[in-house]
Amino acid sequence: MDTLSAALDLVASGDAKLVSIVLLSLTVSLSAVIVAALFALPLGALLAVGRFPGRSILTVIINGFMGLPAVVVGLMVYLLLSRAGPLGPFGLLFTPTAMVFAQAILVAPLLAALTRQTVDDAWREYQEQLASLGAGAAQATATLLWDTRFSLFTVLLAGFGRAIAEVGAVMIVGGNIDGVTRVMTTTIALETSKGDLPLALALGLILVTLVLSLNALAFATRAWAQRKFG
Amino acid sequence: MMKHLRTALLASFSLILFGAAQAAESFITVASTTSTEQSGLFGYLLPAFEKQSGIAVRVVALGTGQALDVARRGDADVVFVHDPVAEQKFLDEGHGVERQEVMYNDFVLIGPLDDPAHVGGKDILLALRKIAADKAAFVSRGDRSGTHAAELRLWTVAGIDIERVKGSWYRDTGSGMGPALNTAAAMNAYLISDRGTWLNFKNRQNLGLLVAGDSQLFNQYGVMLVNPARHASVKREAGQKFIAWLVSRAGQNVIAEYKIGGEQLFFPNAKK
Repeated sequence: MDTLSAALDLVASGDAKLVSIVLLSLTVSLSAVIVAALFALPLGALLAVGRFPGRSILTVIINGFMGLPAVVVGLMVYLLLSRAGPLGPFGLLFTPTAMVFAQAILVAPLLAALTRQTVDDAWREYQEQLASLGAGAAQATATLLWDTRFSLFTVLLAGFGRAIAEVGAVMIVGGNIDGVTRVMTTTIALETSKGDLPLALALGLILVTLVLSLNALAFATRAWAQRKFG
Repeated sequence: MMKHLRTALLASFSLILFGAAQAAESFITVASTTSTEQSGLFGYLLPAFEKQSGIAVRVVALGTGQALDVARRGDADVVFVHDPVAEQKFLDEGHGVERQEVMYNDFVLIGPLDDPAHVGGKDILLALRKIAADKAAFVSRGDRSGTHAAELRLWTVAGIDIERVKGSWYRDTGSGMGPALNTAAAMNAYLISDRGTWLNFKNRQNLGLLVAGDSQLFNQYGVMLVNPARHASVKREAGQKFIAWLVSRAGQNVIAEYKIGGEQLFFPNAKK
């Protein structure tokens, strides 16, 4: 009960700090999903449609990497971006960019694997039709991605859900710096450390509500778009 | 409305993608300890420096061991930690320069208020011997932090070979001060904490302060510039400004002013 009222108080107060933390969470995770999708969607579709050596192995690897631990991704990206690492000179460690990078790597396998499955199902259905129209692999891939766009939207939401919920990677590569790289999950971790459990839980409640509302909004948008353009 | 939203989104995206490049000299990265962050000191101290200097301070709060490792890789400009032995090693390796002592506070022994091992008082070594003899539940940080290093030294000074005698009563949690306090609160266990984090800690449940005031519990904080000769990315000038301010009269006064519930957390002791 304390937690609930604390959460409501926090939201009602419109605390500027909280707002900026929420906005950063959203921006980082949305950017990560967009960046990951640019690579993962074509890759997933290619795996479904294309026939090339190593395709099964690649599929297994990508499916397996859906369970990549966030903290391992964080550590890899940390070593990559650290001043002593290969991308050190860019000075990206402990910036939001580093967090986008880490989360993009984290969600890319999930997006690719789910896209492959979705496109694969469509491919089985339309294979003959596409072949009779004389569509090449690239053209078929593009057509199928477009045809399954409403299902792929759900795939993107799944990726976003994984990105915004994780704490292990952003904690390591972002450093949880106040006002710079502090997001919802790292704030919750910090408040838990301070033993302020009601506040931590209140923040958790806000995060969950936020993700739920975003999903509801996406669901409604999808239903509307499907009616209009489906 | 939509247009504003789009502009705002575009602005924040580009900030994220290119933010690192701009504003390069106007901030420094300080690798510090969870105790300075979680006790609330930085939240009080840094705005005063930022206002006066125009340099933003970005704090990455880790255990002392980890903070020094981050600096060893060149990922910080300044380190502000509390383990003089590890700090000296860091200097000897050539990773740090210009170490200055800034302030001190003390470690305290926290434990169940009913004190089953009867350790309450002023003698930390006696208390640790009693805990080991009783095999009373004890939580260790186990994370190479300054507090963990201090705990291990105290066991040694007390004449206890903790590696040999530790059993299921000794819980090596590998966690920060706050999480270790949460664990101790849940298990009704003893543990060594820095006073600042303890004072700012809210989930105390059955825990209380049992031993304090022993000279063995002295906790010195020091600040160093990461060696610019070794790590070219170090912002030397801004880092030096921060260090100079910390040990200046202005900085020392702000440290002394920080209180929780009327109690002073850190005692400035820069040598000037």
